[in-house]
Amino acid sequence: MGPGCLLLAAAACLLTAPVPVGAQELARCGQRDRFEEELVLKPLSTGDVAADFQFRTRWDVDLEQREAQALKVSHYRLFPKSLGQVISKYSVRELHLSFTQGFWRRRGWGQPFQQAPPGAELWVWFQKSVSNIDTTWKELTNVLSGLFCASLNFIDSTNTVTPTASFKPLGIINATDHKYLRYSILPREVVCTENLTPWKKLLPCGSKAGLAVLLKAERLFHTSYHSQAVHVRPVCRDDLCSSTSLELTQSLSVVFDLYASGFAKKEWSLFKMFSRTLTEVCPLASQSTIYVDLTDADKENEMYELTPTPLSQIRTTLHGQWRSYAVYDLLNPQLYSTPSQSLNIALKGKPAKQYREPVVPALHAERYVSGYGLEKGRVNTLIYNNHPYRGFPILLMETVPWYLRLYIHTLSITTRGKENKPSFIHYQPAKDRERSHLLEMLIQLPANSVTKISIEFERALLKWTEYPPDANHGFYVGSSVLSALVPSSVTMQANGTKSRPNFTKLFPSSDSSSYFVRIYTEALLVNLPTPDFSMPYNVICLTCTVVAVGYGSLYNLLTRTFQIAEPSDGLAKKIANVIRRMRGVPVL
Amino acid sequence: MAASLVLVLVAGVTVRAVLFRCPLLAEFISERVEVVSPLTAWKRVVEGLALLDLGVSPYSGNVFHETPFMIYIFHFLIDYAEFVFMTMDVLTAVALYMAVQDFNRITFLKQRFDYESKKYGTDVIDLIRTPKEMCHIPLKVALFYMLNPFTVLTCVAKSTCAINNAIIAAFMLATVKGSAFLSAIFLALSTYQSLYTITLFAPGLLYLAQKHYLFVSLKCPAFWAYSVKYAMMFLGCLLVTTCLSFFLLSSWDFIPSVYGFTLSVPDLTPNIGLFWYFFAEMFEHFRLFFLFVFQINVFFYTLPLSLKLRDHPMFFMFIQIAIIAIFKSYPTVGDVAMYMALLPMWSHLYRFLRNIFVVTCILITTSFLFPVLWHLWIYAGSANSNFYYAITLAFNVGQILLVSDYFYAYLRREYHLVKGLHLKNKAGRDAHIILK
Repeated sequence: MGPGCLLLAAAACLLTAPVPVGAQELARCGQRDRFEEELVLKPLSTGDVAADFQFRTRWDVDLEQREAQALKVSHYRLFPKSLGQVISKYSVRELHLSFTQGFWRRRGWGQPFQQAPPGAELWVWFQKSVSNIDTTWKELTNVLSGLFCASLNFIDSTNTVTPTASFKPLGIINATDHKYLRYSILPREVVCTENLTPWKKLLPCGSKAGLAVLLKAERLFHTSYHSQAVHVRPVCRDDLCSSTSLELTQSLSVVFDLYASGFAKKEWSLFKMFSRTLTEVCPLASQSTIYVDLTDADKENEMYELTPTPLSQIRTTLHGQWRSYAVYDLLNPQLYSTPSQSLNIALKGKPAKQYREPVVPALHAERYVSGYGLEKGRVNTLIYNNHPYRGFPILLMETVPWYLRLYIHTLSITTRGKENKPSFIHYQPAKDRERSHLLEMLIQLPANSVTKISIEFERALLKWTEYPPDANHGFYVGSSVLSALVPSSVTMQANGTKSRPNFTKLFPSSDSSSYFVRIYTEALLVNLPTPDFSMPYNVICLTCTVVAVGYGSLYNLLTRTFQIAEPSDGLAKKIANVIRRMRGVPVL
Repeated sequence: MAASLVLVLVAGVTVRAVLFRCPLLAEFISERVEVVSPLTAWKRVVEGLALLDLGVSPYSGNVFHETPFMIYIFHFLIDYAEFVFMTMDVLTAVALYMAVQDFNRITFLKQRFDYESKKYGTDVIDLIRTPKEMCHIPLKVALFYMLNPFTVLTCVAKSTCAINNAIIAAFMLATVKGSAFLSAIFLALSTYQSLYTITLFAPGLLYLAQKHYLFVSLKCPAFWAYSVKYAMMFLGCLLVTTCLSFFLLSSWDFIPSVYGFTLSVPDLTPNIGLFWYFFAEMFEHFRLFFLFVFQINVFFYTLPLSLKLRDHPMFFMFIQIAIIAIFKSYPTVGDVAMYMALLPMWSHLYRFLRNIFVVTCILITTSFLFPVLWHLWIYAGSANSNFYYAITLAFNVGQILLVSDYFYAYLRREYHLVKGLHLKNKAGRDAHIILK
């Protein structure tokens, strides 16, 4: 199908737009966009249950090409118009936005599909046509701030960085000149329902049908971890990759703390977690599936009962491991139980006889601040390589706000007591009130080792207006980012096989021997010395007085000369003389 | 005489060397906010060198504020830094010693000339300085510099303030010896290092002009010619220094990073000065205005002082160095030590000092209270910033009183020298002298 033909089809769609879209139109125009949804339920080794939603809209339109030809895209079907317009207006090539509450406990919960740092994170690749990237970035963050009801408008030059190596485009890559990239993280952002509602509105079926029915804010924010994200990237339209499509992935992952909330038995169901059941499938979805991760249960030969019985199972590789999933295809009407027309997947299992040691992921990291007092401190990052026999390099990106003045000469990286010299360092020192520190390093991690990275910083005293409300709460420092290609223990399937579930296709992988992970460390909370906020007038008065004392004494000595003071008549004598004059007596 | 100078120097070097041998103590001292400022901290010099090694311009960040010469010098001498700083202190002490010796010789000659030409009053024999009294003053100056705890701390902290002091001392020596060219070179270097010392141009010029027996008056063309010559030499040296530093890093980035930083005070790290808390608490709207008001203090007094102290350029230099130390944006105790070292030069003013006891008490007490209140605020959390701020205020009031007291005493002595010591008023009683 040539471009002319495409245009004709588009015109036909436009003409028929007011008419309710029938089956035929769907067949004709429906090829241009496609909506798929998935939910992966994964019991975690700590007894919690992780639920990962993936809503993927693929739109066969090349915005970049369209823009080059000055063609406006005005017809939207499944792709949300609000977001599409923003992407088109600001010439965005890739957009990744996440809002997260809580921290993914990597050691106990294992490897997530896609981790996000606490707070808000936004990174955008712009198209080459953008001339003034900083202005466009500023406008874009303000628009997104309105779109998602978030404080993204607080993104300015002091918390924006341009990483050189850590953030490569996730979509198809034409050129990666990192000057088109902007990255920002707002660790203080609090995520709540006002962020979830606009996010849900981007879905074609809203929260009315399909998996999105389960997204009940009241339950989602009653969890140990909540992360919602929007990823827009260009992907190959077909295997030949002759043209590109725009892919919007909306993902949401939550971790339900079922152990602590009284369900000590290994037992969960959709209703218990979400307080909803599935009733109908989203009619616009071309795929709607629920996967239940049974790998761990299978491995331990545990007794469990999954209702309703899954119709099929698949095995796939994820993060270097084989995993098996029970598959529920929601498009299959047999799934819904007859009386209530609803689907409530439930698992009943026996509690494990003995405590199961959680499977530690091959790579994890932790970070903390050491030192005491408000003068200086140290940021320490511990990176664990738990791979038994293979070392691999990682890229560490650290962004530290300007008010913590880093001293790069105090950077020390030690592995097993020996200095580990990074093979690449990119350091951009901060400028006061203008930009933050950016430190990127490529560090080789030996097999089965812990690497400690520490760097000293000095806490600055700020102007009294620069402190946020409740200044003694402290300042947040965004998570540092570790990117690595972790060697896989099994041969991975290469990308491109269509039968694989969507959640395995988040990061493009080039070879089958390793997989890409990006992990985030904890955000830090650092106290700064504070001035007395109630004192500005006093300070101005007192300091000016001291300066005036200096001025006054010097002025006195400079302008006056020494003279002999002639004793003048005292006050008493003057009064006595007045009285004497009145009496007619000679004056004294 | 020379033997006792060597003894003082050896004692000073020993104290420093011992402190350098205690790494924990030396590190503690080198991070004291009273001793190092963002402009002079050794930690930042090391950071600048580390940035240079990484291929990043040291001026691209906001940590390094030294001049390119500093980075160039320490690029080679980083391993001998302790030796460099001790040498700097020794050089300063020797330069001050020689300068004061020469100055005293000239002062004595001048006094004799004035006395013999009957310029002085009749009963001023008590005020006349004797060779016996003046003999030990150079040594005392060297001693005051070498063994002043402030200087020792500055040296042990490897604060580059010690280098600035050495340049100022060299400038004083060159000026006293009458070498206009060397004087201009050191003045340019000093200006290049710390900007505020440009105000020493006026006393330097006055001293040199008098040394060359020029009549200091705006009506005198020879004085004009000499001023222009000196100014040209100074500006030429400054230009050469600046251009050389441009070629060292082939960028002008150091100008905003060093001089812009000095003048606009963006870093509010506490120090012993008046700026940090004032600008931390300043209303944003008035910031620029008060920045001008505060910065102008250093430069403001130069012109009236050069009129008032036209015949006493050395004392003018002392007052101006003290004013710089009080009103500069990032002062450290090293700057205070510089003018305190010159106090023995004016020991003959003692009888006219009014509140030297109070001032001494203020300065000593506040010096001890700085670390205490810093600890209470930053580490113990039982005090807040106001406590430390109060001490800086008291310390600066003390300094101001000290300087104005010496200024008063100097003028008073000059007055008595001419008018006579025991003045009577019209009524025949002992006169009460006042400023009018």
